[in-house]
Amino acid sequence: MADETITAEDPITGEEIEIPGDVEVGEIIDSPITGAELEVVSIDPIALEEAPELEEDWGE
Amino acid sequence: MNVGVLYSRIRRDEKLLLSELRDRGHEVTKIDVRKERFGVHEPPQAFDGVDIVVDRCLATSRSRYVTRFVDAYDLPVVNDPETAAICADKARNSLVLAEAGIPTPATEVTFTKESAMESIEEFGYPCVLKPVIGSWGRLMAKIDSRDAAEAILEHKETLGHYEHKVFYIQEFVEKPGRDIRVVATDGEPVAAMARSSDHWLTNAARGAETEAIEITDEMADLVERASEAVGGGLLGVDLMETGDSYTVHEVNHTVEFKALNEVSDVDVPATVVDWLESRVRGVEVTA
Repeated sequence: MADETITAEDPITGEEIEIPGDVEVGEIIDSPITGAELEVVSIDPIALEEAPELEEDWGE
Repeated sequence: MNVGVLYSRIRRDEKLLLSELRDRGHEVTKIDVRKERFGVHEPPQAFDGVDIVVDRCLATSRSRYVTRFVDAYDLPVVNDPETAAICADKARNSLVLAEAGIPTPATEVTFTKESAMESIEEFGYPCVLKPVIGSWGRLMAKIDSRDAAEAILEHKETLGHYEHKVFYIQEFVEKPGRDIRVVATDGEPVAAMARSSDHWLTNAARGAETEAIEITDEMADLVERASEAVGGGLLGVDLMETGDSYTVHEVNHTVEFKALNEVSDVDVPATVVDWLESRVRGVEVTA
């Protein structure tokens, strides 16, 4: 599954992008077009949103 | 077992953990804390049937509160809310390490820039100013001169919110270009790596180079004691080498382990899941 890809719409550019086939809801991926972080918000149908900006208290 | 995973972002670390749990046939209940409402009497429905809850919140504020709620719902939670509260706060972290007699860098906390300046002058230059809440080396300052100290303190006092008016000042430890991260479960080391950089900050999140290292008896002893000092659990213990010994500068409670898993021969997520399984078995035995 990990080697397979699926197609999704980049929420920033509107273009079709290839993402790993084993993504799950909540996962963060990098847009191959803009490099921006995108969050997977739905799997069926696949939907991406721009991931939230880094906040001060994020981390380990 | 059914493992509830608290999250707001699935990073590589969470993905490794989720895959390991699913590969072993465990049920996984992903709980996006951004979408839940935590009542003081009843848990949200998302927790129905969950045997143990693993906190993987990226935001420290969420982690501290949600673990409190889960604990109040009488569900076992990793890590314990008290451990989260201690580890999330560098001042409390340093206090418990010092109280336990674990070597840790000399540190002072002050509440005005005047008293902060006194601390800095007494430590001498360079010394280090850190936010009490924060990660990945952000907003940490290595202070090389009085001029720099005055500027940083003024910025913090003027621009920062109230937590930035708690000045956490620490001696600068001359480490050999690297520090050490040990991931441990209830004080038992899982694996260790060195994080090397030309920069004084050696966080893996800042691009430090990582390599697996052997865990010495002294390291294992310090890790066990540091873990006990913060209440145990799944932890990342950070040490610096000081010539022939070590100093423990902090313990992390929502530890990232993807970098360690890449460089180590140890299967870190598998070891973590072994430990979670033993925790659930322990709960079942005592129930």
